[in-house]
Amino acid sequence: MSSLPRRIIKETQRLMQEPVPGINAIPDENNARYFHVIVTGPNDSPFEGGVFKLELFLPEDYPMSAPKVRFITKIYHPNIDRLGRICLDVLKDKWSPALQIRTILLSIQALLSAPNPDDPLANDVAELWKVNEAEAIRNAREWTQKYAVED
Amino acid sequence: MDSDNEFLDNVDSGNVSSGDEGDEDFGMDVDPASSTERQLDTEEYQYKVLTTDEIVQHQREIIDEVNVVLKLSTPTTRILLNHFKWDKEKLFEKYFDGNPEEFFKCAHVINPFSKGTEAVRQKTTRNHPEECEICFSLLPPDSMTGLECGHRFCLTCWREYLTTKILTEGLGQTISCAAHGCDILVDDVTVTKLVPDTRVKVKYQQLITNSFVECNQLLRWCPSVDCTYAIKVNYAESRLVRCKCGHVFCFACGENWHEPVQCRWLKKWIKKCDDDSETSNWIAANTKECPKCSVTIEKDGGCNHMVCKNQNCKYDFCWVCLGSWEPHGSSWYNCNRYDEDEAKAARDAQEKLRSSLARYLHYYNRYMNHMQSMKFENKLYASVKQKMEEMQQHNMSWIEVQFLKKAVDILCQCRQTLMYTYVFAYYLKKNNQSMIFEDNQKDLESATEMLSEYLERDITSENLADIKQKVQDKYRYCEKRRTVLLDHVHEGYEKDWWDYTE
Repeated sequence: MSSLPRRIIKETQRLMQEPVPGINAIPDENNARYFHVIVTGPNDSPFEGGVFKLELFLPEDYPMSAPKVRFITKIYHPNIDRLGRICLDVLKDKWSPALQIRTILLSIQALLSAPNPDDPLANDVAELWKVNEAEAIRNAREWTQKYAVED
Repeated sequence: MDSDNEFLDNVDSGNVSSGDEGDEDFGMDVDPASSTERQLDTEEYQYKVLTTDEIVQHQREIIDEVNVVLKLSTPTTRILLNHFKWDKEKLFEKYFDGNPEEFFKCAHVINPFSKGTEAVRQKTTRNHPEECEICFSLLPPDSMTGLECGHRFCLTCWREYLTTKILTEGLGQTISCAAHGCDILVDDVTVTKLVPDTRVKVKYQQLITNSFVECNQLLRWCPSVDCTYAIKVNYAESRLVRCKCGHVFCFACGENWHEPVQCRWLKKWIKKCDDDSETSNWIAANTKECPKCSVTIEKDGGCNHMVCKNQNCKYDFCWVCLGSWEPHGSSWYNCNRYDEDEAKAARDAQEKLRSSLARYLHYYNRYMNHMQSMKFENKLYASVKQKMEEMQQHNMSWIEVQFLKKAVDILCQCRQTLMYTYVFAYYLKKNNQSMIFEDNQKDLESATEMLSEYLERDITSENLADIKQKVQDKYRYCEKRRTVLLDHVHEGYEKDWWDYTE
C-alpha cells in the first residue's frame, strides 16, 4: 500500500487526542484508511440510548473526494436505507476537502437528531415519517432498542 | 457564411410562394451547394456558423461590451454573465435595479466595492506561517492563496482540488471555493493560474465554452456527430439553419428540420415513439390477465374456453367473463347474464384503447415508412450518379444532366416533409382546414411516389435523351405540391385554424 498522506496521519492523531463526545473512530489495525466508528444516539431523539456501529473508508483521492460512510447497525431513519447507506449532502455534492472525518461524523450525528423525510433514501420510512410521525418515531425507538442496545 | 444566399441560384421561377416561411429546406446531409431551397422570403433568417475560436472571441466581445458600462474585472464579469445566462440586458437590469450586495451574492461573487474585502487583504499580508486546512501542512504565506472570500489553502491543494473538479466532476464556470459551505465561484483567470497542466486547462476551456453555448439562447451547437461548430442567431426561433458541416436542423429544438410540424409536437411525438407507452397500450388492448395467476394472455383463436399455459396454473376460464369455465359447459351457464353495465364499461374501455392504438399506428407507420424510404434514396443518389455519367457520354454536358440529381434532392425533401406531416396530423383535430390539409398531403404523397417510381424504374439507357422534360415536369409538380401544403399549414398557424387533440 502506498504511504499514507500527511493529512490522514495528522487527522487520525488529532481524532485520537481530542475525541468528540458521543463519537468514537478507530483506524483498523491492518488498514489505516478504514475506521471502525461508534456513534451514540443523540439525547431527545428516538435513537437515544442506542450505540450505532458504522464503517468509514477514506478513498484514494481523499480529501478531494468524500469519505465513504455506512451504518452497520440497523436503524429506522428516513435518510438511511436498509444497507446502511446515508443520504447526506456533505457526503456528496456539498463535500469540501476542508471537511474532516470529525465534521462528517458530527453531521451524521446531527442527522439522527433531525431526520429529513423530504429528501428520503428509505422511501417507506420517509412516507410514514410524513403521514404519521408518531408511529415512525415509535418504530425508530423500537429498532433502537432491538438492534442498537447491548444487553 | 452569413446566410443561405449562395443557394439562391437554384430557385425555379415557377414556384412563387406568398408565405413568410419561404426558406424551408429538407435536405438530409447532402452536398449543401446542390440542395434546392426556396429563398423567396423578403425577410431572411440571419445566422452565422461559428468555429470554437470564434465562440471564444464572441464571448470576449460580450464581456467587453458589459465592462464598458460596469468597469469590473474581466473574470468577475464573466461569472456575472454566466449567472445571467449571457443575457447582458438582464444583467444590466438587475445591476441598476437594486441592491448591489444581493446582486453579487446571487451570482456567488464577493462584491468588489464592499469594505470587507479590504480586511481580507490585510489579514493575508501577515508574515507567520499558516496551516493549510486541506493537507494540514504549515506553510509560509506565499505558498497559500485564496479568493476574495478569504479562505486560504496551499497552492498544491488548490491545484489538486481544481483538477479533480475539472477532470472528474466536469465542472467549469461553477467550481466554488474549496472551503465548506462557501459558494464563492473560482474565476477563470485564477483557475488558469493555479493549474499548470495543459491537458486540464484545455478541458477547462472546453467546459466553459460549452456552458457559454448551452446557456446562451442565441447559440446552439450543431447536433451532428463530431461537429464542433455552433450556430449564432439574432433572435431565437424555429427556423432552418445549415451548419458548415452540411447538417440542416431546426435552430429552436436542434432536431432535423421538421416543417410543417412545430417543435413542441415533434418533441411529444419522439418521446411517444421512444418510450414504450404504446407497447403497454397494445398489451392493454389485446390481452387479458389470467384471473388466477395474472399471467398476460393474448387470445389467438376463436374459442373462448381458455386454458392458462402457465404450467403451474393451467386454470380453465372463459375469455368473455373471465369466470371459471366449469359452469359454462353445464346447465347453469350464466356467462351471458353478467352485469350488463360492468361488461359494457369494460368493453368500451378496451374498444377505446384499441382505436387509439390503431390511430397511432396509422400515423406511425406512415411516418416510419417515409423515414425508411428516405434512407433508401441514398442508394438512388448512387444509381443516378451513374446514369448522369452515361448521359454525359451521350453528348450531354455536365450542366445539362444536373436535373437528375436535383430530382433526387427534391424527392428527399418531399419525403422529409411528408414524414413530418404525419406527426402534425397525429395531433390535429378534425375540422374543415384539416381536411384540406389531408388532401394536400394526399396530393404530395402521390406525386412523390410517382417521382420516386419514375426515378427508380423508368430511366433506362435507351431513353436517356428524352427523359429530361419528363423528370423536370414531375419534380416541379412535387415541389409545387409541397409548397402548397406548407403554405397552407403556415397560413393556418397565422390564422389559428389548427386545433390539437392534446
